[in-house]
Amino acid sequence: MTLSKIWVLAEAENGEVASTTLELLTKARDLADTVECFYAGDDADDLAETLGEYGCETVHQTGDLDGALVGVPTAAAVAAAVEAGDGPDAILCGTSYDGRDIAARLSVKLDRTAITNVVDLELDGEALVGTEPIFGGNTDVKTKFAGEGPFIALVRPKSFAPEPSGGAEADVEDLDVPDLGSSAGATVTDRHVEESDGPKLDEAGIVVAGGRGLGEAEKFAMVEDLAKALGGAAGASRAIVDAGWVPYSSQVGQTGKVVKPDVYIAAGISGATQHLVGMKGSKHIIAINKDPEAPIFGVADLGIVGDVHKVMPQLLEALASR
Amino acid sequence: MDVVVCVKQIPDPADPGALDPETRTLKRDVKLILDESDSYGVEMALQLVDAAGEGEVTLVSMAPNNERSGLATALAMGAESAVLVSDPALQGSDSLTTAKILAAAIKEKNPDLVIAGSESSDGYTGTVPEQIAAVLDLPSVTAAKSITVDGSGIKVQRQTNAGYDDVECPMPCVVSVTAGVVEPRYPSFKGIMAAKNKPVDEKTASDLGFDEGSVGWAGAGQEIVEVAEAPQRDAGEVIEDDGEAYNRIVSFLEELKAI
Repeated sequence: MTLSKIWVLAEAENGEVASTTLELLTKARDLADTVECFYAGDDADDLAETLGEYGCETVHQTGDLDGALVGVPTAAAVAAAVEAGDGPDAILCGTSYDGRDIAARLSVKLDRTAITNVVDLELDGEALVGTEPIFGGNTDVKTKFAGEGPFIALVRPKSFAPEPSGGAEADVEDLDVPDLGSSAGATVTDRHVEESDGPKLDEAGIVVAGGRGLGEAEKFAMVEDLAKALGGAAGASRAIVDAGWVPYSSQVGQTGKVVKPDVYIAAGISGATQHLVGMKGSKHIIAINKDPEAPIFGVADLGIVGDVHKVMPQLLEALASR
Repeated sequence: MDVVVCVKQIPDPADPGALDPETRTLKRDVKLILDESDSYGVEMALQLVDAAGEGEVTLVSMAPNNERSGLATALAMGAESAVLVSDPALQGSDSLTTAKILAAAIKEKNPDLVIAGSESSDGYTGTVPEQIAAVLDLPSVTAAKSITVDGSGIKVQRQTNAGYDDVECPMPCVVSVTAGVVEPRYPSFKGIMAAKNKPVDEKTASDLGFDEGSVGWAGAGQEIVEVAEAPQRDAGEVIEDDGEAYNRIVSFLEELKAI
């Protein structure tokens, strides 16, 4: 069995289709006969070729939203299409700031639940079933949508490997955005990009991350230096982001970024479930921590029970002298 | 300026949770605490009301078993009162039902601003604040890392993947805040004593106009069909640093052709 139609939220990053969108399109092709996208904005033409290559036949775009935060108008436009009978059987959104807003608004508009933190999707007859890890990933729960669709799922990044289908450029069609009434009004007035050197955290082949075991904010420089020496990106546990040592954009974990690099080096991170969920898909994990009981050693391929303040400088020196 | 803060009482994250195999919900027989990620919202609300010079902070919470210990923490921080929607019928509610219930309790308070955490530390669905806004037909700003009141609206710095956006939003509205938005205060001894006399208005689902069949397991748009242990990574080699352990990291990186 397959569903007849799935809509995937198309998102763009720096003018290109976000990798999460391509992952969702790839999975959607397995689940439905027709895969289409919806998009918040008026420049879907620029994305149509890539979206088509991954199996999207039509992109439904909202048009210019005049700076509005996308959740309210996008959900209203999709809900109107569903009510008009043009909608899909399932709606997949990546777990991003905007994806969450849109899925949550849609859930109320359509009076359907939204299943969140999904890492896998399958069909049971005509019903969609999502898999969601809980307790930091030691337990998987499978949740089946009850009643009629559209089923709404928020899927975590990197849940599927993106594969092109070789499809033709997608058609672009306009959605009608209905009157938003009293829910309108949240407007973006300015955007700030926090520049960082080197590869992006969620795309880097090597990630070096630091945690509370570093002791003080200044010691995060060791993590940055090692990342730089290895051509990788620096990340952080929630504890030191909350403490204000590093910006939120560096956070790896349940909240924050999901990373799956070839090599993940955890320095002074104990491995709270919050953190493990975001990094245990890494191909190889190296951990340095002074507590031999730290949960991070349970997932590490190489664990060093030792003081990061000794091991890291030695490691940096050894790498520098190569 | 009246602010409602949505708070969740959760099992202590330091004491890892478990699913009740029969009901397939989180076991809540342990003592519940205030979700740490909600303490930021409580603090933010207290600061905004303080800056406005008038108004009150009211807590709204939902629990299946009239648990209050987490509310007591937030009341001790300085919130004036709480509404606790407590009803065994709510067991098994999905995020949409949770949002409808909380929205109904919030509506009775008619606040200028509703603040919630971005996601709870136990269920972490992260959709409830936006769903509450949708039920109340209000605008919303999620993932706020700062909030300031500006006339009849608010200005928010909203977290994005690349950095942050400046967002303006008229009130009344719903805002979800990220951890670290402000430093939550510790309840003082005076605050803890005062909290004992603060009103906690307990309501059932039917008090708020919901019939039992529309909430909890009966009203959920989803069904848990399987609970299984996730495939685990095997732990690898663990060595104690004898002053030379860094060499093992170097050789491991060489094996992986990372250097």
